[in-house]
Amino acid sequence: MQNLVILGGGTAGTMIANKLRRRLSDDDWTITVVDRDDEHRYQPGFLFVPFEVYSHDKIVRSRQRSITEGVALVYDEVDRVSPDDDVVHLRSGRTLSYDYLVIATGTTPRPDQTPGMLGPEWRHSIFDFYTLDGAEALATALDSFDHGRLVVHIAEMPIKCPVAPLEFTFLAEAWLRARGLRDRVELAYVTPLDGAFTQPVASARLGHMLEERKVDVVTDFMVESIDPDRKVLVSYDEREVPFDLLVTVPVNMGADFVGRSGLGDELQYVTVDKHTLQHTTYDNVFAVGDASNIPASKAGSVAHFSVEILVRNFLEHVAGRPMTESFDGHANCFVESGDDKALLIDFNYDTEPLPGKYPIPLVGPLSLLEETRANHLGKLAFRHIYWNVLLPGFPVPLPAHMSMAGKRVPHTSTTSKET
Amino acid sequence: MTTTTIDGRTVHVNDEGFLVDPSEWDEQLATTLATQIGITLTDEHWRAIRFLRDDYVAQGETATLRRISTVGGIPVKTLFQLFPQKPAKKLAYVAGLPKPHGCV
Repeated sequence: MQNLVILGGGTAGTMIANKLRRRLSDDDWTITVVDRDDEHRYQPGFLFVPFEVYSHDKIVRSRQRSITEGVALVYDEVDRVSPDDDVVHLRSGRTLSYDYLVIATGTTPRPDQTPGMLGPEWRHSIFDFYTLDGAEALATALDSFDHGRLVVHIAEMPIKCPVAPLEFTFLAEAWLRARGLRDRVELAYVTPLDGAFTQPVASARLGHMLEERKVDVVTDFMVESIDPDRKVLVSYDEREVPFDLLVTVPVNMGADFVGRSGLGDELQYVTVDKHTLQHTTYDNVFAVGDASNIPASKAGSVAHFSVEILVRNFLEHVAGRPMTESFDGHANCFVESGDDKALLIDFNYDTEPLPGKYPIPLVGPLSLLEETRANHLGKLAFRHIYWNVLLPGFPVPLPAHMSMAGKRVPHTSTTSKET
Repeated sequence: MTTTTIDGRTVHVNDEGFLVDPSEWDEQLATTLATQIGITLTDEHWRAIRFLRDDYVAQGETATLRRISTVGGIPVKTLFQLFPQKPAKKLAYVAGLPKPHGCV
């Protein structure tokens, strides 16, 4: 009997458990998923919570209900992994021995990493929306916000879903306009990057959209601390940005046990080969989803596409054959832009987001890097696909690898990323 | 990719002027690259540059400010003083390495 232990029952952990349970014989394999609670949260929905589009029950379901029969679910916290002994130590004192380990414990916002963030203003005038309770608290705060400076802020890259702070800004701007408050609110977007986004063509497009909406963009801003008394963000090079309402994306880090177990990098992301997702030191350890250090967006689509690759590689690996699949860093993200429209971006390790049509060249129905209502409806429809197709591990008719078909290369750009 | 002449030597650069072949770099070139962006290199600068070069050889990618600070032991605050405004970019430029990833 072989034991596969999966740490984390979120998007990536659930998908891999469900897919592998169908492919690995019950007689030869046990599969165990460890998570701290039974609440599976649909994280793309958090963005809409501050604007009261989604209620709690639309975005939270039982983990147990999402995980197929024949997979054991253990509710506990991971204390540490002993990769030399192939053992997981749980907080309760229980241990789990494994033949293969998949780490899918994601990334976590860490407001404790920025001095002053968790001070007296936390959840009074300083909010995050990457946690469900943060997004719900922000909904209450926005409801009574009618004038002043609303600042959207990113502490440090990389973050989960790097387009979400832009989406929040677009949605907030439209929401203020709809309420007749736009003229009474100054909007600012504060980022450590040198533009609105990371990739040149998309950054120019999204930067232009911020400009059109009269959002002040503050670039190259690395926050050193927050002064809660004066309500200002202070950067390492001693610039200050004042706020009345701050919506921040705190420093993101991998799980603490990854650091304690010596399996991660300086942000506690599991160090893996970016094409096979196998650990750089331990060949029976893999990481998938936001938990790994691959240089791709920390996004559900990346988790989904990389799970497809990992499943095929894992089956080859345990059969003693070389792993033949190679992950290309494929990401596919909707970008809500307000007024019931959205953009779509599709990219990978080597190719930046480009304009065009998706998934069928020239036809779509979705448009890349362009605001359309069809894209917005696609984003809303995705919630049903997530719960009913993706998590159960049913095939989604989208290729795991990125395709250039349907994409247009602007003359001013090379398709290849520089960094 | 184009070529440019620095200190009488031909090197390969991208459209932002970053060296594309780390092996074309040496310490003399770093001094010239630093001068071009208004920086006079001190021992402190060299400590950061050498960490970045060594780490690149080991990791295959340019260290982020966080990595230079937590692994290399040079505080982010100091990096902003040494390479004002855009330390990650300026440091990589002077060290003849690609801009750090981190931003995807």
